[in-house]
Amino acid sequence: MDVAKDAVAAAGGIGRQRAAGLLAKATKDELKAAWDALADKPGVRPVRGPETGLVMVRGSIGGGGAPFNLGEATVTRATVLLASGTAGHAQALGTSKEKVRLQAIFDALWQEGATQAWVEAALLTPVEARLAEEDRRRADETAATRVDFFTMVRGED
Amino acid sequence: MYVAVKGGEAAINNAHRLLADRRRGDRSLPSLTIEQIVAQLGLAVDRVMAEASLFDPSLAALAVRQSRGDLIEAIFLLRAYRTTLPRFGVSVPLDTARMQVERRVSATYKDLPGGQLLGPTFDYTHRLLDPSLLEDQDVEEPARRPAPEEEIMRVSDILAHEGLIETDGTFPDDHVAGDLTREPMEFPMPRDLRLQALARGDEGFLLALAYSTQRGFGRTHPFVGEIRIGEVELEMDVPEMGFSVSLGRIKVTECQMVNQFKGSAKAPPQFTRGYGLVFGQSERKAMSMSLVDRALRAQEFGEDIVAPAQDEEFVISHSDNVQATGFVEHLKLPHYVDFQAELALVRGMRAEIAARDTDDDMQEAAE
Repeated sequence: MDVAKDAVAAAGGIGRQRAAGLLAKATKDELKAAWDALADKPGVRPVRGPETGLVMVRGSIGGGGAPFNLGEATVTRATVLLASGTAGHAQALGTSKEKVRLQAIFDALWQEGATQAWVEAALLTPVEARLAEEDRRRADETAATRVDFFTMVRGED
Repeated sequence: MYVAVKGGEAAINNAHRLLADRRRGDRSLPSLTIEQIVAQLGLAVDRVMAEASLFDPSLAALAVRQSRGDLIEAIFLLRAYRTTLPRFGVSVPLDTARMQVERRVSATYKDLPGGQLLGPTFDYTHRLLDPSLLEDQDVEEPARRPAPEEEIMRVSDILAHEGLIETDGTFPDDHVAGDLTREPMEFPMPRDLRLQALARGDEGFLLALAYSTQRGFGRTHPFVGEIRIGEVELEMDVPEMGFSVSLGRIKVTECQMVNQFKGSAKAPPQFTRGYGLVFGQSERKAMSMSLVDRALRAQEFGEDIVAPAQDEEFVISHSDNVQATGFVEHLKLPHYVDFQAELALVRGMRAEIAARDTDDDMQEAAE
C-alpha cells in the first residue's frame, strides 16, 4: 500500500503520469478483466470520444539534435466523467476505442482516494510486472546474441 | 480539348469483383489473418508503415492483405487512410538513447559499452533456401543469457567526447520543424524537412542512390558508427493532464553514419555525419537514408554538387513512391483524345512530306 500512498502524495504529477503510462500499455483484455472484477462500478459519462486521430512522431537529427517530423502514428483518446465528478483522460497508440474508454475510466478511478489502491493492486501492479517480465525476456534474448570476441594467438609465447 | 465520356461501369464492377476473388485465391486454403501478417510478415508490415509514414501494424497488415502483397499499393492505401483522420498533436522527440535495444552493431568500434548485439538478423546466414520451412515444423525458443545492467551508449557520444565528430544537427532556437504533409515543397530545403522526406521515401530508390555514392557518384567515405533497432517510448504533452504521457512504444531503426572530415581555417577537421531513422525494423532503409542525408549536405560542407545523390531537388522530388506510382501509372488511363490529336498531327506531317516528295519527283522528271 506504500506505493498507493506515494502515488496519492504525488497525485497529478509523477504518480498519475506513471499510472497513465501503464494504462496506455495495458491490453484491452487486462482492462476488461479489471473492469469486470470491479465490485462497485461507477456511473460513467463520455465527455470526448473515444476518437481516433494522428500524432506526428518526432525524431531528433543525429539522435539528440533539432527535432524533425518522422511520420505519424494512429492514436485513440477519450475523456470520461465519473458520477462522482472526477474526469479521466486516456490516450494510446492504435485504434481500439473500447480499450481507451476503459483506460480513461481507470485514470479517473486512480485519482479517487477510495479506489486508487484497488486500481494499483488489480491493474497497474500486474501490468507493470508483465511489462518488466517481457522487457527482461527480450533483453536476455538479445544478450544471448552478443558477440564475445577472442584473440587468436599465433605461435608460442 | 476535354470530352467527358461515360461507360465501363459494369466492367469496372466486375473487375473489382474479380480482384476480390483473385485476392482470396483458392478457397480450399485457409485465409490469412491480420495477426498472422503482423507476426510472420512483420518486415513487410514495417516497410508499409515506414513509407506510408503511418505507424499502425494492424492497419498496415490489413493494407498488405488488401493489396495482395503489392507493398506500394499497400502504402498508397495507408496514406489515403491517414488523410481521413484529424491530427491530435505532435510527440515529444523520440529518445533513441533509451531504446529497449533488440539489435545494435557498430562497424567502427569492436569493443564498446553495451557490446555488439546481433539480434534477429539475416547477416551471416548462407542465403540458402530452407526446405524445413516447407513444413510447419516446431521452432526452437530463443537462447537467453542474463543481460548486463550496462548502458548501451551511442557511438556518436563516444566520438563526441574527444570532439572528433560534429555534434547532432541543430537549428536556431526559433526554428520550427517543417512538415511536408502541411506545406508545399520548396527548395532549397532545410535538413529537417529532407529527413522527413527520406524517412517516408522509397526504400529501393534510396538504396540505389546510397549505392551510387559508394560507387563514386558523390563519395562520402562512410562507416557505420552504429545501427540500433528496438522499441522506444512515444510520449506526448497532454494539456488536460499537465504533463507528457506515454502513448505506448514503437519500434524504430536508427543508423548513425560517420563520414570523412570537414575542417576549416577556424576549426580543426572532424568527422561529419549522416542520420537515418525509420519506423519498424529496416536497417537497409535506415543505412540508405543516412548515406543520402550526408550526400545531400554537400552544399553545407562546400562540396561540389556533381552527382544525383547530392541534388536535393532531384532526390526529394522523386523519393516518394506514392507520387511516383501515381504519375507513372496514370499513363494507362484513357488518353483517347490526346492520342487522337497526336494521330492527326503525325498524319498531317506525313501528308506534308509525301506531298513535297511528289513535287520533287515531278520536278526531277521535268528536268
